[in-house]
Amino acid sequence: MEHKIIDTKEVVIRFTGDSGDGMQLTGTLFADASALYGNEISTFPDYPAEIRAPQGTVAGVSGFQVHIGQTEVKTPGDFCDVLVAMNPAALKANAKWAKPGASIILDEDSFDEKGLEKAGFKTNDPIEEMNLKDYHIVWAPITTLTKESLKDSGLDNKAIVRSKNMFTLGMCYFMFNRPLHFTEAYLEKKFAKKPQLIETNKKVLNDGYNYAHNIHAIPNTYRIEPAAQEPGIYRNINGNQATAWGLLAASEKSGLPLFCGSYPITPATVILEELAIHKAFGAKTVQCEDEIAGICTSVGAAYAGNLAVTTTSGPGLSLKSEAMGLAMITELPLVIVDVQRSGPSTGIPTKTEQTDLAQALYGRNGECPIMVMAARTPSHCFESAFYAAKYALEHMMPVILLTEGFIGNGSEPWKIPDVSKYPAINPPIINKCEGKFKPYERDLERWARRWAHPGTPGLEHRVGGLEKAENGSVSSDPENHALMVANRAEKVARVANYIPDLKVMGNQEGDVLIVGWGGTYGHLYTATKQLLDEGKNVGFAHFDYINPLPKNTTEVFKKFKKIIVCELNSGQFVNYLRGIHPQFTFGQLNKVQGQPFIVKEIVDAVNAL
Amino acid sequence: MKYTSQDFKSDQEVKWCPGCGDHAILASVLKAMPEVCEELNINKEDLVFVSGIGCSSRFPYYMNTYGFHSIHGRATAISTGVKVANPKLSVWQATGDGDSLAIGGNHFIHAIRRNIDLNIIMFNNRIYGLTKGQYSPTSKKGIVTKTSPYGSIEEPFTPGNLVLGARGTFFARSLDSELKLNQEIMVQAAKHKGTSIMEMLVNCVIFNDGTHQEFAERSVRADRTIVLRHGEPMIFGANRDKGLVLDGLQLKVVTIGENGVTEKDILVHDAKSDDKLPIHTMLANMKYPDFPVALGVIRDVEDSTYDENVHKQVAEVKEKAKISTIDQLLHSGATWEVK
Repeated sequence: MEHKIIDTKEVVIRFTGDSGDGMQLTGTLFADASALYGNEISTFPDYPAEIRAPQGTVAGVSGFQVHIGQTEVKTPGDFCDVLVAMNPAALKANAKWAKPGASIILDEDSFDEKGLEKAGFKTNDPIEEMNLKDYHIVWAPITTLTKESLKDSGLDNKAIVRSKNMFTLGMCYFMFNRPLHFTEAYLEKKFAKKPQLIETNKKVLNDGYNYAHNIHAIPNTYRIEPAAQEPGIYRNINGNQATAWGLLAASEKSGLPLFCGSYPITPATVILEELAIHKAFGAKTVQCEDEIAGICTSVGAAYAGNLAVTTTSGPGLSLKSEAMGLAMITELPLVIVDVQRSGPSTGIPTKTEQTDLAQALYGRNGECPIMVMAARTPSHCFESAFYAAKYALEHMMPVILLTEGFIGNGSEPWKIPDVSKYPAINPPIINKCEGKFKPYERDLERWARRWAHPGTPGLEHRVGGLEKAENGSVSSDPENHALMVANRAEKVARVANYIPDLKVMGNQEGDVLIVGWGGTYGHLYTATKQLLDEGKNVGFAHFDYINPLPKNTTEVFKKFKKIIVCELNSGQFVNYLRGIHPQFTFGQLNKVQGQPFIVKEIVDAVNAL
Repeated sequence: MKYTSQDFKSDQEVKWCPGCGDHAILASVLKAMPEVCEELNINKEDLVFVSGIGCSSRFPYYMNTYGFHSIHGRATAISTGVKVANPKLSVWQATGDGDSLAIGGNHFIHAIRRNIDLNIIMFNNRIYGLTKGQYSPTSKKGIVTKTSPYGSIEEPFTPGNLVLGARGTFFARSLDSELKLNQEIMVQAAKHKGTSIMEMLVNCVIFNDGTHQEFAERSVRADRTIVLRHGEPMIFGANRDKGLVLDGLQLKVVTIGENGVTEKDILVHDAKSDDKLPIHTMLANMKYPDFPVALGVIRDVEDSTYDENVHKQVAEVKEKAKISTIDQLLHSGATWEVK
């Protein structure tokens, strides 16, 4: 078979295998090597909730999709050009994600009778059974070859078999003309204390590369030249890491120590883990006994004068509801990060959704409006977390930042920002006052109260969940209550004077305005591009600020004949918009499958309007 | 002393029922605070009073200090945040048997386990007062209340036993009307590094009047309670003729002068040794009529505190860290330049 090198602008590759096969690492290494090579990338980890579901079953299949390209890679790609399946279950679960005619690399060794049976195949010919004859199937005895490669290594059989993902990675590096040295450098660092593993992993990686080169079963290899990116220093970053770093940046800017009280929960845990690493920045992390303690310790820390943060996912946000009300009525600065996942209840913990919006907006007793923001992409989490902290601190209130499993776990290359250009953060801290301190007295612009830290002489005061008068005394006076409710709402509404305007991508007026929020940004952006390329008269507006909405929202909506609101829930944002802007008619595109949009779904929905 | 108790009194009207035991605890705290500030060398503004929900949780409003009246059960978590955020503060907590042992049980035991330097005054009146009379986790079995009209079928907690089981380093018990003893306990609790639990047996005149009466009644108190002080023999009784001895692995009440028992045979209270935990536990569990109810500081052992260790670790990591600014952090690890 003749070997061709195909130059292409983009390619999508999906690594799949048993949860124990190391596919997340394989995908991450491939993505990192591609990013370091200069490609744009977007990744999508798709893994089961079980740490080790029964081996070989469809339930235990773990996947990692990487989209690499020269320009404008905004999504992990709908369907893949190359599918790697380390076992029959992986093939069974993922063949539907392969483009027609895609290459499918299979570990021949795992396709024995037992493996096929566990995956639920009825015959011993999975290709026939799944109607994959028109695909380019590459059968490679990956397990056998890995064993052969390491037979003299001195590693035990288990450790040898575990290295088969490196063999697969080597094969893919050949297919995509990736240099090996980025991954070799990673191995050297990772196993610095176990030099034997550096050598064995490198050997398997190279043997995989050479094997792919030698077998000639791989007809085409791809060359994706480095992307033409904006000049600057770049790094890879995932959303949870970016969130943690954004909070640390806010701590540095404000000069306030960071305090994070949290309870481990998927997929938000990584933020707590990341903050726990960075004690050098003075960050204090308390792994609490439960979600409620997570937020309550943070409320206490906010009262004592720290930049307080609590992080969670769906069910954890439910548990924090009452304390969010406490933070709101005591008017203390607090950032609540909710990395949304599929619900209700435990739902599908490892899958992505945007189904916590209504809870973020309304899920508390009493009149309790809270500022709600959402991050668009993994790297955008940095900026979002920074601004969530800035608004919380300067306006003396809790702020909910919504991210999603999809962007929390997903990664992308990021042009490192110049943090010295980020704005200052100036919370209204008070050190002394004339006369008696009134804790609920407001500044006339932001409508925020002032922050007197315990330890400051002369400003002793009491706060609490009971309604208060301006001087801090408990009050059940009807007029005072009405006034305080209005004051707290007014303060949130006034944030609209401080947030950026809504921007429209594509046509600034026209037939259809595509509207989204949060982690669907990449898919909506790509769909809009495609529609514009098709000559459609469309624009795209993405909301980073949900409560309050940007001040020019009405102006933007007015300029389009139709509006379609796309979100990964049954219509939570669209119904919110309908309440605030009843003068417009909103169409909607919704998906609640625990999966991100695919671009085609959006394009089709807009074309069908 | 630089302060008098008046300095700690707020201008708010105290709204507890006339005759409620909480008044006496407030009086005790107001009396103790000048000495606490003196002993800890702190100022009034360094005191923070935190509470949850319940009658006792109104406490912060009556103190002219920093105060946070929070939500039901969560005071311990709020206090934890305050103390970890700023360990220089002396953090006090007012809580009840329902607030700390029912809805807030989880935070309570974990604060104790971590040994955070908090001073927790638990007002134990064995009833839900603010919700107007339902049984609590410390109510006696059989109690008839609005939610147990045929008698409660639940066994109560003995708070001291729970505290020691959660590896508590400080546990004291007192009665609302024992103002002097309360003050003594509060000062000792303030000096103790770690979670200090002070169980105050208070009377609820409205919903559970006389719940502690069988041993707290003035006329019988000396015979039915024992005040423990570190280094002193465990002697009690109106005539100071009763004492506690170890009989095998059990405590036993003896009378000095009877059966050849002399004062030398009586146990000497050692609150400070960690290895006395079994005896501390037995003392905390003593119940009338088999035993006198133990008052005073039952356990006061040293251990490092959580808040101290959080800051110690931050300092250690800071010292060794190569990265100390966000800019350095962003440029750490694998980066590449696009020209």
